Amino acid sequence: MINMKNFLKGSGFIQPIWVFVIAITVFFSVMSEYFLSVGNLSNILVQTSTIGLIALGMTYVMINGNIDLSVGAVLGLAASLSVGLQDYGITIAVMAALASGLVLGAINGLIVWKTGVNAFIVTLGAMIGVRGLIFVYTEEQSFYATNFAFSDFGTASIGPFPVLAIIFLLCTLVMHLVLKKTGHGRNTFAVGGNPEAALDAGIRIGRHMMINFIIVGGFAALAGVLLATQMGAATPNLGRDYELWTITAVVLGGTKLTGGFGSITGTLGGVLAIGILRNGMNLMQVPAFYVLVILGVILISVLIIDQRLNVHASKGVSI
Amino acid sequence: MASVEQSKQAIMLNKKYKAGLLSFLSAQGILVFFLICMFAFSLFSEQFISQSNIMTVVRQASIIGIIAVGVTVVIIGGNLDLSVGSMLSFSTVLVVDLHDKIGPAGAIILMFALTLLIGAVNGFLVGFMRLNSLIVTLAMLSAIQGLVLIYSGGKNVDIANQSDTWFAFFGRGYVLGIAVPVILFALLAIVVQVVMSYTSYGRRIFAVGGNPAAAVYSGIRKNWCVFSTYLISAFCVACAALVLGSRVMGSQNNVGQGYELLVLAGIILGGTSLLGGAGSVWKTIIGVLILGFIQNGLLLLGYPYYTQWLVTWVIIILAVWLDLANKRKRLFTTHS
Repeated sequence: MINMKNFLKGSGFIQPIWVFVIAITVFFSVMSEYFLSVGNLSNILVQTSTIGLIALGMTYVMINGNIDLSVGAVLGLAASLSVGLQDYGITIAVMAALASGLVLGAINGLIVWKTGVNAFIVTLGAMIGVRGLIFVYTEEQSFYATNFAFSDFGTASIGPFPVLAIIFLLCTLVMHLVLKKTGHGRNTFAVGGNPEAALDAGIRIGRHMMINFIIVGGFAALAGVLLATQMGAATPNLGRDYELWTITAVVLGGTKLTGGFGSITGTLGGVLAIGILRNGMNLMQVPAFYVLVILGVILISVLIIDQRLNVHASKGVSI
Repeated sequence: MASVEQSKQAIMLNKKYKAGLLSFLSAQGILVFFLICMFAFSLFSEQFISQSNIMTVVRQASIIGIIAVGVTVVIIGGNLDLSVGSMLSFSTVLVVDLHDKIGPAGAIILMFALTLLIGAVNGFLVGFMRLNSLIVTLAMLSAIQGLVLIYSGGKNVDIANQSDTWFAFFGRGYVLGIAVPVILFALLAIVVQVVMSYTSYGRRIFAVGGNPAAAVYSGIRKNWCVFSTYLISAFCVACAALVLGSRVMGSQNNVGQGYELLVLAGIILGGTSLLGGAGSVWKTIIGVLILGFIQNGLLLLGYPYYTQWLVTWVIIILAVWLDLANKRKRLFTTHS
């Protein structure tokens, strides 16, 4: 007999989010004949790759006990840079875009580390400020890619596998291994679980926080570049609300806001769940407005179930 | 001997007075900062300090200010409300759309009722179900945005006959030469500040935000307290929607997008701790006004609108950092 309570808590071998993913996959396969095809499934992977990449980094930051609200703005800036600097060559433009993400992540991390100001406030400020930076840089204009090599990349595929999906899955694998097998991964958990204890144990908690902010900044920038290749353009408003979608995906995947608990496999499940729900409801011709409501309700339901199961473990958010 | 004692006492008193002044200044640091900002801008632009300009800034800041008053109470109670932006969209679309259908009075009453209902849902989930307020209101943010779009069918709404309705009073009216939004803002702020400072209800909110466990042990009904803060927040959003809808006489269905961030920025700038248990409404007002004056000042100096966001970024972090540094008596953290 499987212990239902332990299973739902996520302490069993299978994570609850994956059961949910399988359930909605079966549901949509029955409801729509178009859902269960190789084309559509790889389509879902491509659609989720953007949010998925950011969610990988966000998982690290949240396990670390922090949060990053600036990812949407960083994505927007990287996308604008990668298209706006195309006159200098694609390579330089993309490098500059990725560098902008790493630098902004480093700035966030450095401020959190050195000043001790809460990550929520620091990244909220960055979210507003970086968005301002985008508008100042682009002068409120959209940029269009003139080089077809750039815009072809977003739709390219190796054999039957779309390039974006491959990038996303490869990154997922690497991030999973880093979290499970390396010292940095272990320390990330330790710092998020109990910062004082981690400090006493000689873990350099500031450095680990900063590295994680750099990671999420880099992934947000990568997502921005890939989104720009998909669209062949970049608008100043690109990436709005992405922080919400990303945090939703990570929380659905079982990562705790209080830090110290979470996994990349769970996040992958959360990202896929959101992607499948959006895609499936789209195929069933549910208007996009309802999808917002349904996702909100699902997120709150997950929180309620989680809270009922972990009454004693819940510490409340530490902001 | 006596004179020595006396002079010692005098020195002590003097020291005490000085320390009092310093601690007053550090407690009111945001006010000092505000005055410095005003002074700096008035050096660069003559129009800035004119009465009409100041009134314009206050009027423009009043919508964010009204919402910020409510959210400050939520934050003092130890929680967050990120859903106010979507709620503002919801309420504004509702009141504008219903205005032509059931008349202004009915529209206002129904709008207040439904907005309070959403506040009650927030309050129930955070107060009674004890869910994490950040995630709950984040989920509500997207859910309410969805509701707005469903209700309006994705279309913008407006009032057909704009010149001939007393509804215009709330956004465009003047009483004794003062704009009605400003009066509403001031009234709400004064009432809430008095309630938070001088009533047992206010003390209970502070207690719940400061130390929930201790509050519960001393017999405070924490769940109801948290629940009520979300009702206050929703009430303030409804007032803001009244002003916004009446001023614009129409509404896009995403009109409130991003408001939650500007509201939070104002509150943080005012020095209210996101940890709960501390803060004051009037400091929030100063914070909101600082943002308003910075935006106005930058525009007068000829900078593009979006530079104010950049400046906001720097100022928020500086303000919170200096506050923290002041508390821990050192600028940087010590851990590596």
